[in-house]
Amino acid sequence: MTQLPLAKALNAGLKRAMEDDPKVLLMGEDIGRLGGVFRVTDGLLATFGEQRVLDTPLAESGIVGTAIGLAIRGYRPVCEIQFDGFIWPGFDQITSQLAKLTNRLEGRERFPIVIRVPFGGHIGSIEHHSESPETYFAHTPGLRVVTPSTPNDGYWMIQQAIRSDDPVIFFEPKSRYWPKGEVDLESPPVGLHVSRVVRTGTDATLIGYGPMVSVLLAAAEIAAGEGRSLEVVDLRSLSPIDWGPVVASVEKTGRAVVAHEAPGFLGMGAEIAAGISERAFYSLEAPVLRVAGFDAPYPPAKLEKLYLPDADRVLDAVDRTLAY
Amino acid sequence: MASTDPTVRIIGNDGVIAPTEAAEPYLERAMALDEERLLGFLTDMVHTRAVDVEAANLQRQGHLGLWAPSYGQEAAQIGSARAARAQDSIFPAYREHGVALVRGVEPVDIVRMMRGVTHGGWDPAAHGNFRPYTLVIGSHTLHATGYAMGIRFDAPVTGDPERDEAVLVYFGDGATAQGDTNEAFVFASSYQTPQVFFLQNNHWAISVPVSRQSRTPLFRRADGFGMPGVQVDGNDVLAVFAVTGALLDDARAGRGPALIEALTYRIGAHTTADDPTKYRTDDELAEWTARDPILRLRRHLEQRGVGAEEFDRIDAEAAELASTLRGQVLAVQDPPRSLLFEHVYREPHPLIAAEQAWLADYEASYGESS
Repeated sequence: MTQLPLAKALNAGLKRAMEDDPKVLLMGEDIGRLGGVFRVTDGLLATFGEQRVLDTPLAESGIVGTAIGLAIRGYRPVCEIQFDGFIWPGFDQITSQLAKLTNRLEGRERFPIVIRVPFGGHIGSIEHHSESPETYFAHTPGLRVVTPSTPNDGYWMIQQAIRSDDPVIFFEPKSRYWPKGEVDLESPPVGLHVSRVVRTGTDATLIGYGPMVSVLLAAAEIAAGEGRSLEVVDLRSLSPIDWGPVVASVEKTGRAVVAHEAPGFLGMGAEIAAGISERAFYSLEAPVLRVAGFDAPYPPAKLEKLYLPDADRVLDAVDRTLAY
Repeated sequence: MASTDPTVRIIGNDGVIAPTEAAEPYLERAMALDEERLLGFLTDMVHTRAVDVEAANLQRQGHLGLWAPSYGQEAAQIGSARAARAQDSIFPAYREHGVALVRGVEPVDIVRMMRGVTHGGWDPAAHGNFRPYTLVIGSHTLHATGYAMGIRFDAPVTGDPERDEAVLVYFGDGATAQGDTNEAFVFASSYQTPQVFFLQNNHWAISVPVSRQSRTPLFRRADGFGMPGVQVDGNDVLAVFAVTGALLDDARAGRGPALIEALTYRIGAHTTADDPTKYRTDDELAEWTARDPILRLRRHLEQRGVGAEEFDRIDAEAAELASTLRGQVLAVQDPPRSLLFEHVYREPHPLIAAEQAWLADYEASYGESS
């Protein structure tokens, strides 16, 4: 066990994946000499050289599109998109090409590409630097979408994503880059697409992923002081969704609140709510409630606290679900 | 004041060897082509046209959903395809039927996509590294460039043109306005990829003329990206062959990417879904029909003394190919229902598995009496 922040855990995971497989290469804007704007790739250029850590031209479609060509050639590219809001120039290559090529080639070739995307708010930044675009990708057949919430998950999930023969969109909660956590360098906790109960409870189930997990845990801690026992599920994988732990928890508690930073309308919360109602209808004591970012563009930094779901807003939803 | 013709042309429309000044660096390569080789080119071109015409007929008769005719672009396609070496990889757009045939794709496999039974059609590894057609304009130029980056990262250049690999990527005048194509130029130039961008300027992007895509001759755009750009008469198969071969060999030898603009014309419609009479003139069509690339090569071969019986033999073969294609297309089976789910992911995916199982149960329930 060692203590690392998520950014350094990801760095260690990338390094280990590159040591394990010479076909793994990194590409993105400012990831080489600078080590990435969040320093996730810090030092890797010096270790692996410029044919494996590519400071690319400033063009997201170009990054994803050439990664596809490199994958055809037998490489396993890991692309960094500098910020969530900069992924859109690459969206066509991701959704029209990367997501569909395995199917187009009828399984004859593999496209083991990981696209790393720092996402979410809480960093007081300017426009386009705090978005949560995960739904667009989870909605697209052919992609896998995951997000770690802890340094340990970051270390292991990035390696698991790189080993996947399918394209993986890997969302990194940038608000969690700096807090340290325990990392087990010996063995992975669970598989890439496994959801987990991260706090047990009996009165209601809180469901979230990425940056929201720490908020849910804080909410559960506050609730415990008020005599309420809340269970917290970290989805970890947004596509596919591992329903087992989610459904088992709701069957136990009878109540569910799902939370994310992304806007609520047609967000992951809608899918979770629908999925629970289909799978655990007779266990539910209340409708599944959603706590989400507002359906407005991400606001200027001085308003982001108002925009982002916090523990209080989660607990307000808990009050409402318990009132049924 | 007459400016020098920038276009590489070796044989004129009358079939006579009359190289332009721009053709000088490529003449030796073109002149090395013997009669047998040129007859091979003619065979490829006539076969391509026969397959194309038959496929268009099949569409008109309701056997294909759509067809994108290559009629008129045979010299551009065959000249460039024959210039590529066996180890090269080729990234087509979706009209490169002649290139597909040269790389060993069966005519029926080209047509299957248009019959609605597949989004792919053939295994690139078993068909001359000829990639599947890509329908989103310009997208594949980046895939070609990434692949060429991979060639560079894999191993140093050996200097042996029979071993060193290169990439040939096809696109049209419309694609030159796309961001992806321009990003591909940037990445290729930046990483000095072993790659030739082969632009078939057929003058029309569906109904929009090339003048709307560019106010400068397209080959000159290469300058801005720091790579050589060559304009070639795309209806002169000798010129196309020589220019493409030279630039591919430069690329494979480590001298970086290049852009070729082949001036040609789409005699047919963009696809069978459009009506060219709505946007272009009969005069323009007649002007280009008179520059038919197959007739030009045939005139040249006649001047070399090739007899009518050779041409008749090639035409008969082509008719046979078309007839075989018709029979094969009519016999194409619908894909298995499992194709819907089978290749969405390579690794197990619970949602796909659940939906596949649901569909099987649902269909099985048809038979149950209510």
